[in-house]
Amino acid sequence: MAEQSERIPQTTPQQPQQTTHRTQQTGQSMQSERIPTVVADSVDIVYRVNGTGTGRGSATAALNRIMRRKQADKAAGVRRVHAVKKVSFVAYKGEAIGLIGTNGSGKSTLLKAVAGLLPVESGHIYTHGQPSLLGVNAALMNDLTGERNVYLGGLAMGMSREQVKERYQGIVDFSGINEKGDFITLPMRTYSSGMAARLRFSIAAAKDHDVLLIDEALATGDRRFQVRSEERIRELRETAGTVFLVSHNNNSIRDTCERTLWLERGELRLDGPTEEVLKEYEAFTGDKAKKPAPKKAA
Amino acid sequence: MSQVLDTPPPIQAPADDLKALAARHGLSVSGARPSLPEYIRQLWARRHFITAFATAKLTAQYSEAKLGQVWQVMTPLLNAAVYYFIFGVLLGTKRGVPDYVPFLVTGVFVWTFTQSSIQVGTRAISGNLGLVRALHFPRAALPISFCIQQLQQLLFSMAALVVILLCFGVPVSASWLLVIPALILQFTFNAGVAMIMARWGAKTPDIAQLMPFILRTWMYVSGVMWSIEKLTKNDHLPHIVTVLLQTNPAAVYIDLMRFALIDSFHAKQLPPHVWPIAVGWALLAGVGGFIYFWKAEETYGRG
Repeated sequence: MAEQSERIPQTTPQQPQQTTHRTQQTGQSMQSERIPTVVADSVDIVYRVNGTGTGRGSATAALNRIMRRKQADKAAGVRRVHAVKKVSFVAYKGEAIGLIGTNGSGKSTLLKAVAGLLPVESGHIYTHGQPSLLGVNAALMNDLTGERNVYLGGLAMGMSREQVKERYQGIVDFSGINEKGDFITLPMRTYSSGMAARLRFSIAAAKDHDVLLIDEALATGDRRFQVRSEERIRELRETAGTVFLVSHNNNSIRDTCERTLWLERGELRLDGPTEEVLKEYEAFTGDKAKKPAPKKAA
Repeated sequence: MSQVLDTPPPIQAPADDLKALAARHGLSVSGARPSLPEYIRQLWARRHFITAFATAKLTAQYSEAKLGQVWQVMTPLLNAAVYYFIFGVLLGTKRGVPDYVPFLVTGVFVWTFTQSSIQVGTRAISGNLGLVRALHFPRAALPISFCIQQLQQLLFSMAALVVILLCFGVPVSASWLLVIPALILQFTFNAGVAMIMARWGAKTPDIAQLMPFILRTWMYVSGVMWSIEKLTKNDHLPHIVTVLLQTNPAAVYIDLMRFALIDSFHAKQLPPHVWPIAVGWALLAGVGGFIYFWKAEETYGRG
């Protein structure tokens, strides 16, 4: 505890420095008129969770909920979880932005809201085109072959039949599923978790996205596949727009993103160049011991 | 570890700035509901996904079974066999209906199409939240896709039905072509009701628990196992009951199919104005259900 209270002064001086960086950024955008792709304007996100009534009376709480509807959320056992608080940022075309923060700090929630899949309580999120969450796995079916899943996933993401046909070979090659034999014609339930994750990433990354949101996708797969994925993300950035990456792996953030947002307890703590933010973050999470390791790998 | 740090005040930018910036570059609000024509256009653009998803669901169903896709035809045949055994052999409920077995089996298959469309429709959103929360597509794609899956299932059943009809000596005739318009109308009706149920089920998942009881009641009044025409001939029924029985959409679609397929089921056994009623129900449910579903488009999968 004493150690932590010591750290407060360390992070607080960062704040002014951070704001200078921010103004510098907007200054840049004025000069070359960088094109914004995602604008988050003091965004709040609140979850309402049903059935948190404790102990006895949870059935009565349920009845209460139905009877009263809008009146008293709290009395009816609905709990409000304020997951993201007053977050504002502007993402520009060609940027790769890392999102870091400890578990439950609201990273995935923010990403879902940017994708338009979660409503905001207050504030606004403006986007260029339709941001897509790299989450094609929900459309895939384990009982079908990898081949049919490539088609299904591609169509689910909004590609046309011709586009999927055209890119099919590329997707299979990229995933490396067929490197150890003809696995693409086997049902996906027979795949190892790594193989399945690779196929999922390959399908999702095959589409050109205006704004691509990736949630911990790079943590899966072997090192060779991770390198390939990072390359693909760089490509996507060049061809299209903006990439957001949520990860607990500071190395993949370092390797792919030049800008990083740090969320803590739903609030945006830092927004700046990856190295600076990661330095603060690593000091905060206290993995000083691990610090030399990432440098070696990177 | 416990992070009891005081989080510094969040970075605030003047709201007008960001709003103006977004407006200047023509950014749109994320997750807003598209207009109805735009929605229809998006849905049409996803038509290949809708059919591929339906077929995938259908094939995934029996992928672990040794006989595989043979079950697509075996299941309806076995169903028909059970109904034949109980109603034809054990109970002998012919009640003066000629070709009772074809009559019964047609009724069961056509009813099952409506019943299961509504059942899967109720869970179309609430049972696929993972998909809804991960990918962007017009949500109507889900209930429609599930109804297409049921239609595909019915087509397998129809193949079995043809075998049964021929075995019971029902001749092939030109009226069999009427199956096509009847099925199109029934599908439109089913999809519309499925979309209405999908919206209700998304808001209150508990409805899925109620549906089996409602559907079973509906089945018993729809003349699946008995002839409505025989019942309404006896004059002691109040007029309103007769009208309700005859305009019941499920009964209308079942009787149309029987009329199309079974030679001994004559036109005069059909309820009056049967085709206009069939078209009316399809339009009412199809268009109404679609608009009703679209109205809540931005709320699905949230909260």
